[in-house]
Amino acid sequence: MSALGRKKRQPIATGSDWSFAVLERFDAELARLADEYRLDTYPNQMEVITTEQMMDAYASVGMPVGYHHWSFGKQFLAVEQAYKRGQMGLAYELVINSNPCIAYLMEENTLMMQVLVMAHACYGHNSFFKGNYLFRTWTDADSIVDYLVFARKYIAKCEERHGVAAVEQLLDACHALQNYGVDRYKRPSPISAQEEAKRQSEREAYLQTQVNLLWRTIPDAPDGSEPLPGSLSQEDDPLGLHAGGVYPPEPQENLLYFIEKNAPLLAPWQREIVRIVRKLAQYFYPQRQTQVMNEGWACFWHYTLMNRLYDEGTVDEGLMLEFLQSHSAVINQPDFDSPYYSGINPYALGFAIFMDIKRICEAPTEEDRQWFPDMAGSPWRETLEFAMRNFKDESFIQQFLSPKVMRDLKLFMVVDDDQEEMLNVAAIHNERGYRRVREALATQYALSVREPNIQVVEAAIRGDRSLTLHHVQDSRRPLARSVYPVVRHLHQLWGFPVKLVSMQEGRIMRHYHWPVEDTQE
Amino acid sequence: MTYFIDRRPNAKHKSAVNRQRFLERYRKHIKRSVEEAVNRRSITDMERGEKVSIPAKDISEPVFQHGHGGERSIVAPGNKEFVEGDKIRRPDGQGGGGAGEGGASNQGEGMDEFAFTLSREEFLEFVFDGLELPHLQRKPLKSMEEVKMVRAGLAREGVPSRISITRSMREAYARRIAMRAPIKRALREAEAALTAEERKDPVLRNPARISELKAEIERLKKRIEAVPFIDTYDLRYHQLQAQPQPSSKAVMFCVMDVSGSMTQQHKDIAKRFFLLLYLFLQKHYEKVELVFVRHHTTAREVGEEEFFYSRETGGTIVSSALTLVNDIIEARYPPNQWNLYVAQASDGDNWDDDSGTCRELLVKELMPQLQYYAYVEITPHDHQSLWQEYESVAAQFPERFAMRQIVEAGEIYPVFRELFKRRLSQAG
Repeated sequence: MSALGRKKRQPIATGSDWSFAVLERFDAELARLADEYRLDTYPNQMEVITTEQMMDAYASVGMPVGYHHWSFGKQFLAVEQAYKRGQMGLAYELVINSNPCIAYLMEENTLMMQVLVMAHACYGHNSFFKGNYLFRTWTDADSIVDYLVFARKYIAKCEERHGVAAVEQLLDACHALQNYGVDRYKRPSPISAQEEAKRQSEREAYLQTQVNLLWRTIPDAPDGSEPLPGSLSQEDDPLGLHAGGVYPPEPQENLLYFIEKNAPLLAPWQREIVRIVRKLAQYFYPQRQTQVMNEGWACFWHYTLMNRLYDEGTVDEGLMLEFLQSHSAVINQPDFDSPYYSGINPYALGFAIFMDIKRICEAPTEEDRQWFPDMAGSPWRETLEFAMRNFKDESFIQQFLSPKVMRDLKLFMVVDDDQEEMLNVAAIHNERGYRRVREALATQYALSVREPNIQVVEAAIRGDRSLTLHHVQDSRRPLARSVYPVVRHLHQLWGFPVKLVSMQEGRIMRHYHWPVEDTQE
Repeated sequence: MTYFIDRRPNAKHKSAVNRQRFLERYRKHIKRSVEEAVNRRSITDMERGEKVSIPAKDISEPVFQHGHGGERSIVAPGNKEFVEGDKIRRPDGQGGGGAGEGGASNQGEGMDEFAFTLSREEFLEFVFDGLELPHLQRKPLKSMEEVKMVRAGLAREGVPSRISITRSMREAYARRIAMRAPIKRALREAEAALTAEERKDPVLRNPARISELKAEIERLKKRIEAVPFIDTYDLRYHQLQAQPQPSSKAVMFCVMDVSGSMTQQHKDIAKRFFLLLYLFLQKHYEKVELVFVRHHTTAREVGEEEFFYSRETGGTIVSSALTLVNDIIEARYPPNQWNLYVAQASDGDNWDDDSGTCRELLVKELMPQLQYYAYVEITPHDHQSLWQEYESVAAQFPERFAMRQIVEAGEIYPVFRELFKRRLSQAG
């Protein structure tokens, strides 16, 4: 990237002030370069906003239109507090997975920042949103903004009709379960706002009949199928009142969906709100699983594009230095014993891996050839695209974390077993440890490991209408205390007793009941 | 394809509703913090917002999470000396290397408290929540400074500095059109006649008529030019009208016993009481003046610093202060212009003979003029004669006279609330 007077530098602008005209020219340059690299993006919509508006945007977790809820106010206060005290700078970018892709530029940003944000968000994140399989599967960029508008209007209408308090309670309960609002193994139907609005009233009526069907008190005649284990024998139940097995026939992991469809007492508008929270959770589902990749990809591209701008003489040295300073702050990874350490920095990890993929493609070492025989020497742009499109954090790390990156970051793995006196260093960045460190790091990003595995196993439709859930412990890890309020929220939604059973290898470890039973343990 | 949109002119405070909802939801917590702050803060300290902390557990949004225990493996960066098989002591507390599982919040700091700052307005709002100044009576004021000049349309007369140029020009334009119209019409007619005349066959032309018409045209043109561009007639002036504004002034008399029996602790308590009243008045009136009157056997008007901090000894004659207050009112604060408030703090000591005089003074002189009289007695002991006399005053003016006993600083705020508790305001 040195330019020993190769070409006279003709920066589009210098200094730190920006104007719309200048930004447009930079965008044109970036677009041309992105095109050259075959980055496939949604159209960009760049919105210049004030600090305060940025804090607003933060508080609503990046939704351009949000419904009202106290938790967003809490978020806002937290952001404001931290910002005013200087504990945190506002992130220089906020980008929304929509079509057109909305990115926020803060008016205070220097020219360099604006260009950096455009490269990072509008070409990096944007192409990730458009390309990655999780986003393609789970979100519909075309309709999200419309859907958000629909959700906001609907919830405002409910507040008007049923009171703010009632809606707030319901939202509290739904939010508590929002991480359990996704069918992980089923492809969702895309959300479309118009359709939502059109079908919404139909659905209300239909849903109610569905629920009624399920909860009607006159049982079906036994259909002669095999009695399910646990059901009563012929002698005990001569009339076959209890035949028909358990409901649901299969455990359900999508708790919100199950509630929406089956909770006996919810009013139609309440079901609709459950659905809204579920749909929004679904929208954020890919983001929770691709943080490392998404940020790494965006960092890779802002780094690449900025360097190209510099090579072509479009920016001057001052801007470039400012950029490098900012860039190295973003991808800084403090050591585990540093006071600044707060877990692995997804920007750092993701950027390191993507840069390393490029290196392996262009200049593979012997080690790389052993570890990545397919990748070594392949055209880097295609390989990078493949990595971006077809993975999520877990599998991405499993697949692409190279020994070199592990050595650079000096990754090591510690096992924390509560039955042992001491922590055990199980593997480090050496020949023996690479695979295990990589495995462990990948697992760390697996949603199924990060979040407790909880499923609905039975709704006692013929009994006391109680709802039974199973928590399958992972490596003997129990549930945190927050389980009590969550079970309470679940009970509010379900309307009848809720039992959560925590299991470890088939043995019952704990019961959590709400309302609390006298005979608890 | 790229669009740039400037959203800066758009509405700010998108989160205002959410913020309000949050404050509403945690009203109880916030109020507790505010009350503590009021008790704790020093006098100069009241004019700012307050940091409020709410226990994180009260405010958390629970989700299913892994608890501690079991077996888990953590990958961390920055290994220096560890090799495989090393044993490390568990860091104190927990989660020395907790690898970013913090759920939804990314605020860093493992905090037990959710802290945020109330703005000054919000803080005071909470301090004064539900209180209503008794007998809020807006008194009309005649004095000049309370008269506000407001625009009241246009007039034909006025001073040059208030000329409305636009309106004057518009008038002038209209007048010019109006004055020129008939002349122009005549001019057009004359010109038409002239052309008609000139088109005639030379034989038929009437030279006399032609010259006559030409003279006419000349004359009309002069007349058009003579219409003045602007005339005194056209001038319009902005007019101002004096509008009396309702009074929004209040004066608060702080009366305190500084005799030997009042310790600094007593004064501190009294100080907070005055302070709260002051803040309260400040919120309701545009202008609040403070008069500090301290007394032992004689009363004196002093500055704030001296009022609170200088020490004196001697006996106590409360009536001296009341007399002084009355004199000051007479001299400087006519009751028809000022809302008058008196706050008195004392330890209840008084010369026995004097208490009766105090009651006399209050009932006859002061109370009829005052909006409110608040008395706090800072003592753990039994009441003395002053309290009893005051009780009879209170009986006569139950709506405007309040008295309360307090012992500790912590009780001030409740007392304050009691004193100014929302009352059904009586017509007036």
